[in-house]
Amino acid sequence: MRKPLYGLMAEFENEHQLVHAAERAYEEGYRKMDAYSPLPIEELHHAMHIPDSPLPKFVFVGGLCGMCGGFGLLYWIANVAYPMNVGGRPWYSWPQFIPITFETTVLLSGITTLLSLIFLCGFPRPYHPVFNVPRFSLASRDRFFLCIEAEDPNFDLQRTKQFLDTLHPYEVAEVEA
Amino acid sequence: MDKLETTSTSLLRATGPAAAMGPGHSYATITDKISAVPIEMGWPRFWIIGFVIAFSIVQLLALSTTGLLAKGTGVWGINIPVGWGFAIINFVWWIGIGHAGTLISAILLLLKQQWRMSISRFAESMTIFAVMCAAMFPVLHTGRPWLAAYWLFPYPNTMAIWPQPRSPLEWDVFAVSTYGTVSIIFWYIGLIPDLATMRDKAKTAVGQRIYGMFALGWRGSARHWNHYEIASIILAGLSTPLVLSVHTVVSFDFATGLIPGWHTTIFPPYFVAGAIYSGFAMVLTLAIPMRAFYNMKDFITDWHLENMAKVMLATGLIVAYGYGMEAFMAWYSGNPWEMYAFKNRAFGPMGWAYWALILFNILIPQLLWIKGFRTSPFWLVVISICINIGMWLERFVIVVTSLYRDFLPSSWGTYAPTVWDWGLYIGTMGFFLMMMLLFVRGLPAMPMFELRVIMPKKEGSH
Repeated sequence: MRKPLYGLMAEFENEHQLVHAAERAYEEGYRKMDAYSPLPIEELHHAMHIPDSPLPKFVFVGGLCGMCGGFGLLYWIANVAYPMNVGGRPWYSWPQFIPITFETTVLLSGITTLLSLIFLCGFPRPYHPVFNVPRFSLASRDRFFLCIEAEDPNFDLQRTKQFLDTLHPYEVAEVEA
Repeated sequence: MDKLETTSTSLLRATGPAAAMGPGHSYATITDKISAVPIEMGWPRFWIIGFVIAFSIVQLLALSTTGLLAKGTGVWGINIPVGWGFAIINFVWWIGIGHAGTLISAILLLLKQQWRMSISRFAESMTIFAVMCAAMFPVLHTGRPWLAAYWLFPYPNTMAIWPQPRSPLEWDVFAVSTYGTVSIIFWYIGLIPDLATMRDKAKTAVGQRIYGMFALGWRGSARHWNHYEIASIILAGLSTPLVLSVHTVVSFDFATGLIPGWHTTIFPPYFVAGAIYSGFAMVLTLAIPMRAFYNMKDFITDWHLENMAKVMLATGLIVAYGYGMEAFMAWYSGNPWEMYAFKNRAFGPMGWAYWALILFNILIPQLLWIKGFRTSPFWLVVISICINIGMWLERFVIVVTSLYRDFLPSSWGTYAPTVWDWGLYIGTMGFFLMMMLLFVRGLPAMPMFELRVIMPKKEGSH
C-alpha cells in the first residue's frame, strides 16, 4: 500500500531558480506550497505573495503592556504599598519612574518578540513531513527546495510532477506524510 | 532575474583587498567550515589547555565566594569612607565589556554594516557571559545573596516591604536584568537557523537531539523567514536604545549622588562610550587568538580587525573628551570641593592610578592612527589589553578617589583591596573564559546563515 502523500518537493541549486519556480507555481494557481532555503530571500516573499507578518503588532501590544505595567507598578509601590518620604520629594515623582518604565517596556517587547515568533512559526515542531526527504537536510546548508502540498486543490500527482520538471530542478521527490 | 543566474557552489572571488571574506567560498564551504569546529574538530589540545586553565581559575571564584559568604563582606577591603570598592568597579567593568556585543549585533545591523556579521555571534556571547560576571558582584556584595531577592526585586513578600523605585540602584536592577534577558533572546533567535544546520550535520544521535530540540524544528521555510527577519529587526531596534540605557543607568549610580567627582552630567555619554571602547577591546583580545587557533582568517579578515580598531579609536577619543571635560568642569564650576576632588585625583596619594589610566586609555591607543598597528593582530591584542586595564583603572579612579577624601578631613581614609577582592575578580575572569571556550566548542561561533547572505556573489548577479 502506498503511504499518504504530503506533497511533491523540487530541489534547486540556487536562490534564483527557487524564486523563479515559486513565481511560476503561483502563476499556475498553486497556493498551498512552501519554499525552503538556507538563507532569507526577500524576492521569495513577493513571488509567493506571503502576507506581511503580524509580529510587529503583537510586539507593540506587548511593549504597551510592559510600559503601563511598569509605570503602574512603580506608582503603586511609591504611593500605595510602601510610601516613603525621602528628602520631601513628592509621592508622585514620575520623572524618577521613567528609567524603569523604559526597561519594562523593552523587556516585555523582547519577550513578546520571542514568543510571537515561536507561535507564528508553529514551533516547537521537531517532526515535519518535509524532513522525510533524505536530501532535505541540505536545506540548511546550500540547497533550495519548493514543496507543493497535496492539500492544494490543483494538486495532481502526475500533472504537478510534470509541471515541476519544467522548472529544471535537480530532482523532484515525493514527500511522505 | 533568470538571466542573472549564478551557481552557488562554484568558486567565487572576493571583492578586492578589503574583503569581508576570504576568496573561493560557497554556501557549502561556509557551512562546513564553521560547523566543523563543534562537530568535527572534537577536543583540540589548545582547547583543553585553555579549559584547564579557565576551570582552575573558576575554583578561585568558588573559594572567594565561599569565604565571602562564610564571613561576610568584612573580608573585603571596603570600609568607611570607601564603602564601594572592587564590587562596583568590577560590576561596571564587566557590564561595559558586554556592550560591544549589542553594538555589533544591533546598532551595526540597523546601520547595515556587513562587517559586523562574522564577529556578531562571538561578541553577543561575550555580552551574555560578561553580564553574568557583572551580575555576580551586586548579588554577592550584599553578603547575604539569598536575601537579595527582596532587596532587589519588587515582589509581594511576607514582610510587605518594597524596593525604592526612585533609587538609581533599583533602576540598575531593571536595566541589567532586562539587558541580560533581551541579549539572551536576541542571541537565541539568531542561533535558531544555525542550530538547524547543526542538527542536520550532527553525527551522533545525542547531538542531533540536543541541537534539534533547540532548533525548535526550523526548516528554512519562506513563511518562517518572513517572521524571522522582522523579529530580528525589531530586536535590533529594541536593543539599540536598551544598550545605551544600561550604561547610562549605571552612570546614574554615581551621577545622581552628591559626591564631588561623581555629580556630573558628562557621565552618561562618557560611560556609554567607555563601555563600547572596552567591549571592542575584549572582542579583539579574544577573537584574534580564536581566529588563529581555529584558522578562521577567511571569515574574520584583517578588514574586520581594522574596522574594530577604528571603532576603538573613535570611542577612545570620546572617552578622552570625557576626561578633559571632567577636569574642565571641576575648574569651571568654581566649587572648591569639585576642584579639590580633581586635584586629589590627579596629584593625590592615588595619582599613579590616574596617570596609568591616561597612559593605557588615552596615550597608547593613539597608535591606532597608524595603519600598521590597526592591521597587526599582535599589536591589536597588546593595545586591547592595555585598554582593558585602562578601563578598569578608570572605574577604580572614579570609585576610590571620589570616596576616600570625605567632606570632613577627620573622616578621610584610604582603600586597599584584600586577597578576597582579587580572588573574586580574577575568578570571574576564569568563569568568563570558561564560558567562551564552552561556547566555541558547542555552538557555531559565527552566524552561518548571515554569512551566506553577504557571501560575495559572482559578477552579474546582484
